[in-house]
Amino acid sequence: MRKLISLFAAVFFASFVLLYASALLNKTEGYSGKNTLTVYNWGDYIDPALIKKFEKQTGIKVIYQTFDSNEAMMAKIAQGGTTFDVAVPSEYAISKMKEEGLLIPLDHSKLPNLKYINPRFLNLSFDPGNKYSVPYFWGTVGIVYNPEMIGGKKITSWNDLWDKDLRNQILLVDGAREVIGMGLNSLHYSLNDTNKKHLQEAKEKLDRLTPNVKAIVGDEIKMLLVNEEAAIGVVWSGDAAEIIAENDKLDYVVPKEGSNLWFDNMVIPKTAKNIEGAHQFINFMLDPKNAAQNAEYVGYSTPNEKALDYLPKEVTEDKRFYPDFESVGNLEVYENLGKRMLAYYNELFLQFKMHRK
Amino acid sequence: MRSNKKWATVYLVFVFLILYTPIIYLIYYSFNSGGMMHDFQHFTLKWYQEVLHDTRLWIIVLNTLTIALLSAAISTILGVIGALAIYYVKKRHMKQLLLTLNNVLIVSPDVIIGASFLILFTIIGIQLGFTSVLLSHIAFSVPIVVLMVLPKLQEMSPTLIDAARDLGANQWDVLTKVILPFITPGIFAGFFMALTYSLDDFAVTFFVTGNGFSTLSVEIYSRARQGISLSINALSTLLFLFTVVLVIGYYFISQKSSTLYGMRGRRK
Amino acid sequence: MKNSVRNVYLLPYIIWIGLFVVAPILLILYYSFFDIDGNWTFANYKTFFTPIYLKMAASSVWYAFLITFFSLLVAYPTAYFLTKTKHKQLWLLLMILPTWVNLLLKVYAFLGIFGTYGLANAILETIGIGTKQILFTDFSFVFVSVYIFIPFMILPIFNSLEELNPTLIDAARDLGASAWTTFRRVVFPLTLDGVKAGCQAVFIPALSLFMITRLVAGNRVITLGTAIEEHFLVTQNWGMGSTIAVFLIIAMAIVVIMTGNRK
Repeated sequence: MRKLISLFAAVFFASFVLLYASALLNKTEGYSGKNTLTVYNWGDYIDPALIKKFEKQTGIKVIYQTFDSNEAMMAKIAQGGTTFDVAVPSEYAISKMKEEGLLIPLDHSKLPNLKYINPRFLNLSFDPGNKYSVPYFWGTVGIVYNPEMIGGKKITSWNDLWDKDLRNQILLVDGAREVIGMGLNSLHYSLNDTNKKHLQEAKEKLDRLTPNVKAIVGDEIKMLLVNEEAAIGVVWSGDAAEIIAENDKLDYVVPKEGSNLWFDNMVIPKTAKNIEGAHQFINFMLDPKNAAQNAEYVGYSTPNEKALDYLPKEVTEDKRFYPDFESVGNLEVYENLGKRMLAYYNELFLQFKMHRK
Repeated sequence: MRSNKKWATVYLVFVFLILYTPIIYLIYYSFNSGGMMHDFQHFTLKWYQEVLHDTRLWIIVLNTLTIALLSAAISTILGVIGALAIYYVKKRHMKQLLLTLNNVLIVSPDVIIGASFLILFTIIGIQLGFTSVLLSHIAFSVPIVVLMVLPKLQEMSPTLIDAARDLGANQWDVLTKVILPFITPGIFAGFFMALTYSLDDFAVTFFVTGNGFSTLSVEIYSRARQGISLSINALSTLLFLFTVVLVIGYYFISQKSSTLYGMRGRRK
Repeated sequence: MKNSVRNVYLLPYIIWIGLFVVAPILLILYYSFFDIDGNWTFANYKTFFTPIYLKMAASSVWYAFLITFFSLLVAYPTAYFLTKTKHKQLWLLLMILPTWVNLLLKVYAFLGIFGTYGLANAILETIGIGTKQILFTDFSFVFVSVYIFIPFMILPIFNSLEELNPTLIDAARDLGASAWTTFRRVVFPLTLDGVKAGCQAVFIPALSLFMITRLVAGNRVITLGTAIEEHFLVTQNWGMGSTIAVFLIIAMAIVVIMTGNRK
């Protein structure tokens, strides 16, 4: 009995000490102050030095929270419990959020740095006129592969993946639209196809791919490819850039049948309290020097045209990550296909996963 | 007889090795200048330096530990009460019903628990942050405490209680002097399992947190998309070593105090 | 008089159950009758009884069973030998320690260890068996899952074994029983409560494993947890997700009834 009491006493005492310490730290960091800005972003998706720079420049304290998937982020914003001022969703999430009234329109007069964005990345189908969003990073979906491991072969198209010699050599990302989209593209259909016959065709073609598929994985795909666990991976271009930086035997290609063009964008959710500060933050990130610094840290492609002047030449001239669009095949942005069609895509993907056993 | 002892030791050492291999692997690479968990390049302490300067990360660590300790403690108390409640129920169907209800949270995927708690808190109007996370952690830890304490209660011979009553003990004495001491190992087991549940939880915490409050798990999972930097390895190593020191320290202190009070049994 | 005491214990516990168990169950049941557009329907339940989901359910139960079985196989001797050591509480705590390191980190470590060029294969090479594909197999999936669940099995069994009166074993041996018979007829039955508690603490959460199926099994193993996660987060089809959850709860209830009741 005495042991029990002493254990619990120790535990409660320790927790109060910890609480006090945490409150102290919060105070010194200024988190409990008045002039704050809550930023909701992907994990490790911004150069921490930039946050400090922003705080110094404006005197606003940044409270930084992270999420790991668009859906989870949307659920949190919809619920409204936290006063997020800035969020960074992917493009397909933005059309959903617009529909559900989760976004506040941007005041372009407060965003003079918007002019530095490459006009090719503005006014896209998921947000005409950039009423609600501003591009943050962009990229493509493609194939990263290790030529050494597949006998020096070169891969240029989705259909190359169905090659019988590639048994058990492919890793896929765990994304329904990416995988089904790959099937659709290989049949020369659009990524946004809603024709059920086409989708069935794509699924059946994917089923024939299964002998070549080693596993369907998430973010750990980078580590696996760098470790040469498999020769080929279907990944996002940002991931590919990181993989190649770690293991230069690998190469990245955007398949010639076409692929997905993705964007991560800055938006102001309806939960925002510090709208003025939010605009200041977005404008700050649009500054070419800051955008370049961010691109260097994160490693993804920046949509900021002027920022390219501040990046090393071998980065900006790398056609794999800064392609000239005329030479690349049909790059499409994901349209919002509506709940029912999305559910259908997911059902097909689930069936595809189960087919492998 | 001697060879039995040897096999026992070999087996235990083997199990220990397997349990600790991933941990040693993590610690090993926390010193890697290479930046990833493979291809050791050369020894460096830069990740540790990065960790020590990341105030935001330390606040998160403090939050995580506070929640873990508090929720484990409170859920253990609740869980013991629950186990006692189930133990005293006489009707079998009622017992099974309570047990089934108890285990619902263990079988439910975290997403569902997180989502339903979020709805619950919104309806009640509880602010998201420390309070909501604490309540949620207590909620999902209680069942495992019950599961750890119940078997000890069932093993307890009812004659012990009868004997105590015969000797004139009142309800409170029976509880504190007979039952609780007997089930203490179960209580400890429940406490440590509750700690584990809390420290490891990501999905539930993610759903019910807000206003800048975050735990280590949420932070680590959020970084997975970009690749978990080795500073997390460094942090985990520090926390791990700290816990090892705590455990060994606590053990030897309790050894000393128990020999003073003569509580060491003659167990072989 | 006894009645009022029992009520005292029941009250706080019932409040907890009411708030955090019954309310969510009702919510889940409620949602399971809605389809993706918000219409009242039984379609979700019909969908569950299609081959895809039934296969998934069978797969979940099978793997949960495997994981529980191997956990028991490894944990029982461990707990037994632990009770014979000198500083048993210390070793026990040291065994639990690794559990407190973040799960994702440990699994990443396993990805490295079981990798084609990792530690495991290096050992296999040196003892002459040669490199094998360990990752993304049933073996690695069960192995890592058992690794995660082991402490939940060791603790209750350890507690049961501690309770065991050693003179009972002496008596059995005196009466001529072999070591195996002693174990089968004396030790194991007396520790059954601990074993049952351990099995429940492992089997039940193993039914809805999600993270490990993706990280270590590369989605070669699909459990009901995988489907639920997708429905809740990606498709936002809370209806179907809730339906699957209902069946998980039913499966758990069956387990409880089957392993329950003694005297």
